[in-house]
Parts: sequence; C-alpha cells; structure tokens
Amino acid sequence: MVEMNMAKAINLALLEAMTKDPKVIVMGEDVGPDEGVFRITEGLFAKFGGDRVIDTPLAESGIIGTAIGMAIYGMKPVCEIQFSGFDYYNYHQLESHAARFRNRTRGRLTVPMVMRAPYGGGIRALEHHSESREAIYAHTPGLKVVIPSGPRNARALLHSAIQDPDPVIYYEPKACYRLFREDVPETMETLPIGKAQVVKQGKDITLISYGASMRATLEAAETLEEDDGVKPEIIDLLSICPLDTDTIIESVKKTGRAVVIHEGPRTCGLAAEVIARINEKVLMYLEAPVVRVTGYDVPIPYFSKEQAFLPDSDKVLNAARATLSF
Amino acid sequence: MPRTPIELPKIEYLSILNEHGELDKALEPKIDPKGLIEMYRYMLLARRTDERMLLMQRQGRCGTFPQSSGHEAISMGSIFNINKDDWHVPAYRELAGLLYRGWPLEHILLYWNGFEEGASPPEGVNDLPVCVPIATQLLHAAGIGMAMNIEERDGGNKKKEKKVVMTYFGDGASSEGDCHEALNFAAVFNAPVVFMCLNNQYAISVPLSKQMRNETIAQRAVAYGIPGIKVDGNDVLAVYQAAKEAVDRARNGEGPTLIECLTYRVTPHTTADDPKRYRDEEQTKEWVLRDSLPRFAKYLQQKGVMNEKQLAALEEEIDTQIKAAVANAEEMFKSEELLNPLAMFDHLFEDIPPYLQEQKDELRDHFKTKGKDWSNPQKKSTKAPASSRK
Repeated sequence: MVEMNMAKAINLALLEAMTKDPKVIVMGEDVGPDEGVFRITEGLFAKFGGDRVIDTPLAESGIIGTAIGMAIYGMKPVCEIQFSGFDYYNYHQLESHAARFRNRTRGRLTVPMVMRAPYGGGIRALEHHSESREAIYAHTPGLKVVIPSGPRNARALLHSAIQDPDPVIYYEPKACYRLFREDVPETMETLPIGKAQVVKQGKDITLISYGASMRATLEAAETLEEDDGVKPEIIDLLSICPLDTDTIIESVKKTGRAVVIHEGPRTCGLAAEVIARINEKVLMYLEAPVVRVTGYDVPIPYFSKEQAFLPDSDKVLNAARATLSF
Repeated sequence: MPRTPIELPKIEYLSILNEHGELDKALEPKIDPKGLIEMYRYMLLARRTDERMLLMQRQGRCGTFPQSSGHEAISMGSIFNINKDDWHVPAYRELAGLLYRGWPLEHILLYWNGFEEGASPPEGVNDLPVCVPIATQLLHAAGIGMAMNIEERDGGNKKKEKKVVMTYFGDGASSEGDCHEALNFAAVFNAPVVFMCLNNQYAISVPLSKQMRNETIAQRAVAYGIPGIKVDGNDVLAVYQAAKEAVDRARNGEGPTLIECLTYRVTPHTTADDPKRYRDEEQTKEWVLRDSLPRFAKYLQQKGVMNEKQLAALEEEIDTQIKAAVANAEEMFKSEELLNPLAMFDHLFEDIPPYLQEQKDELRDHFKTKGKDWSNPQKKSTKAPASSRK
C-alpha cells in the first residue's frame, strides 16, 4: 500500500494505463509541459512525449470531436476538459456522436474514450469553475458516468473507464483532489462500472451520495452514530450511470429510510432518479418519505456565498433526523 | 484551362510609437491633449489596480484573477474610439476599458472576490460584464451588432451616428468554434462590430505556435471577407488608429473588422498559474521592456502634454483613488446585504417560481437552526461605489 491523495491517484492511473496500453493517449488544454492546471498529468509529457500527451488548441468541441475520430480509428483517448464548466462546448459531440456511434452503426463502430473533468464547488474559484452537472450526462443515453470520492476508488475507476469499450464521463470532485490521503494498493485494480459500494453497514437509515458530497455524508453519519445512537448505512454510488439499483434497494429494504445527497441542482438531479427507483421497487418498505439534500436550482453562487449552496454535514444531519423522526 | 491565381487582400502590420518611444510622425493620429491624458490615466489606473489586486490576492484579500497588466494599450486604444451609446463586450483583460467606461473600482474588486454584484453593469453603461468562458462573448457582440442594424433599418436609432460594438478575445480563443461563428455571422450580416484580438502569445501554457499554423490571426479576416490588420498591441497609438479606422467603417455601414494586437502575457495567466513550468522567463523580461506605459509617458512628455511633475501627480491621485475604493470594497465584502446567501435565488428569473421560493425558505430555515436569520440582513453604511470615469 502507498498513501496518496486523489490528484496523485488519478495521475498514477494515467501513468499505469499509458504504460500498459500504447493505444491510451491523453489530450486536452495544458496537459503537456504544464502538466494540467491541477497537475493531474504530472510527468506524463516527459515520459511519453507529445504524440501521446497532446496539448490541443483551445477548443473543447475540437478535443472531444477529434477524440471520437481517434477512438473509432482504434486509439483510446483520455480527454481532459480543464473544468467541467467548459464541457458544454463539447456536449454536442458527446450527445450526438460519442454516445451514438455504436447504436447508429449497429455495433460496427465504437467509441472507447474517456472525458475527465474536475467538477464541483468549494475551492473559491471563479464563475464556471464550480458547477456540478453530472445529471446532464447521466441523462444522455449511451454515456456512462463515474465519479470517485477518494484516492483508491479514483484510481480504480479510471482504469475501469479507460478499459471500458464505450464512452465514459469521469468527473473528478476537485475539492477532494488534495483534501486527504488514503492507502492505495501497489498493484493496479479496477472497480466494476455500474456498481455502488456500501462503505458502512448500518440498519436505521440509508445515506446515499457520491463524489465530493461523500465528505458531508460521512461527517453527518459520524454525528448520527455518536450523538443519536443511530446506525446509518452509507452508499457511495461511484457510478451514477448505470446506477446500481440493487445495492440501493437492498439497503432501503433493510433500513426503510433514506436520504440522497449531491451538490448538483435538485430538479432532475441524481437524487430524483434514485428516489424514483426506490419508489418503483421498494415503496412498501419505506417508513418515511425519502429526502434529498442537494444544491439548489440556481447557478452555484460566486465564492463568497458558495458554501451556503453546497450540502454540508448540518444539512445532511437535519434531513436524516427529520427522516428518522417521521 | 490554366490554373489562375486568386488575388487576396494583403494584411498590414501597424506600428506608430515603437518600444524605444520613437514616433512615426506621418502616421501619428490626431488626438487632442485632453484625450491623450485621459487615455494615459485609465491605462495607469488599470495597471495600478491590477498590481494592487495581485498584492491583495497574495495576502488572501482577493480571489484568483487574470491579470490585465500588459494589455492596457489594447483595451484603451480601442475603447477610446467609442461613445456611451456604443457597446463594449469584454473578455477578461479589459480592465482599462471597464474603468474608462465608468465601472466603479469597487465592482472590479467585488467581482474577483466572489460577489455577483461586481458583474452588474452600472447604470447608463452599455457594457456586458467580464466573460470567463472563452470566445462565447463574440457571438453576443455579433448579435448586438445585428440588432443595431435591424434597429437602424427600422428607423429606431434616433442618433445621427450609427452605433458600434467593441469586443475582445485572446489568441487562444481564436481556436474556439464560437470565434469562427461570430466572425462569420458579423461578416454575413454586415454587423458593426470591431473584433479586438489580444494576441499575448500564450493560452495558459500553450504557445501560439501550437494554437495555429497561420502566421497571423489577422489574416483570417480575408477568409471572412472583412478587413483585418495586425498592430503592435503595446503601442496605444497604433491600436487607436486601427480601431478608429474600423469604427469609422462600421459607422459608415461597412461592417466588421478584425484587429490582431500583438503583445505578450508578461504575467501568469491567472494568480493560480506558474509560467516557469512552460516558458523561458528571459523572454518575458524582453517583453517587459516593450511595455506600453513608459513609451506612452515618454511620448506625452516629448509632446509637452504632460511633464514629469504632472505624471507624478497623476500617480498620486490614482493611488488615493485606489486606496479609497479598496477600503470601501473591503467594507462591502463584510456587509450582510452582500453576504446574504438567500440572494442567490433572487435573480434567476424575473419572478421567483414557487419551487424556488420553497428552496429559498428551506435555506432560510436551515440558517435559522444555526441561529442566523437572513430574512433581515443588517444594513451597513458603505458608500455607494462611484464611477471610475473622471
């Protein structure tokens, strides 16, 4: 085991994937000599050179569009979009082409590529540098969407994303890049896309989250245990599309209560989908309505007020207590 | 049939006041002394504000921001050609122009300190706010220009003069699809837009040579069928002259112009960037010597427009102005009115729909559980920010 932060773990996964498979290439803005604005591509340009670590012109649609061509040709591009707030420029290429080529050609042409982008608030960044729009991608048929929450699952999920035969959106909670360190195994590992993890077993209430919001969720769970004597079960979705319905419903069957937490806006957010599936499958097991703690339906405010927008442990705690005392 | 060459317009490079302060008398634009002093004032005000903000950022008193130092001549030389009725559509290094247009210094400080209020254009200013996404603002500029044409044809413009739009983008932005679309729309619809390209040769770490293969950005004008010119972007007179010709053409109904202004980003991209990772900073030192301000000051002195004493007095005046604005802005940063998180719901739509009101109430109640009632934020007596325009 080696202890490292999430930024390093993602960097390690890129290094390992590129070493293992010569078809894996990295492309994006400032990923070369600058090694990425968050230093995620550190050391890669020096090791693999400009043919495999490509500084592109400043054009997100260009990055994703050409990556689609490369993927169809047989490469495995791992694209970095500098901030998720700039990936709307390339959404068209993903929606209209990356997500459709397999379906359109009845399986003859496929697009095995990854789009990585840092998402989410909490780092006092400028406008367009803090939003959380994973639901747009989850809502796009033909795309898989994974979001790690810590160093170990970040590395494993990125390997899975790169090895996947279809386009995968890999959203990185930038607030977690250097927030904490964790043991990561010496040998490469993967995590199945489409599978959630029960990170803590419990029996009284299910807390469901992913990405950066896992921190607030874990904090709230600790208080629930210590102050309220409640045993929460915590699910880290990891993959928001495909969504692991089985893990969610098995837990809710046991607890009868759930809170879903994410920082993306509420309307048509992931929580809405999770709750719909709970209602479809295990409504009769519920002891209380499922509550969501989410970002609000406004653009995340500039940084003087961004903390009020984000789910924090107090909000999660209040929601959990309301659910428990329903 | 023989192959026949197609004649295309040639692209010119314009320099009037070079880095040594030498003037090409034949090309010198006619700007009255009052105008020259005004141009110098806002260039200096922008420079000193930028420097003060950098200091504040290092002290934790300002958020991440893209420095504008080194781009003042481009902003000022162009904006000086347009009037209040005309429109200013900036990117994010047009500090001189924003201040000249009347944006209070407090707004600039608020914006880069994470307050939306800083992005709200002051009354009577036809400006869009700073635009962070790359090249997107160019389409808005083209659209404003198209609307001006429609208004003009409808007889809606009661002024004698046709209005124009002045917009800005960087060399990196020239790679975005929106840049192409904006230039093409403006050309097709003959929109009165002046496209100012700040070619500072770096898009964060990516040098111009990796951004494009063409020798100039200006030559793209040929492809759109519009006039294009490349100028020394550290020469405020050259920028002024090229922009003046472009504005004159636009007012005359001759449509858009593309002006490439060559400079160099002598600062990091933003305060979060470290250029030592990707470029030789010796080259930066050479470009610092080509700075627009000293050569312009020298020109003003040689022309007898300002003497050393007056230049020093202006420095002092600007210093006082910035200090007062910083003090006022820092009071505003602490004011409950501006810190009220419930305000995040107030301007999404004209009226707040029920589902959003519910979310607003939810957040209000959440703060109440923590002992804070944001329904009645305390009023703090801060001064209303004044226009930066003297």
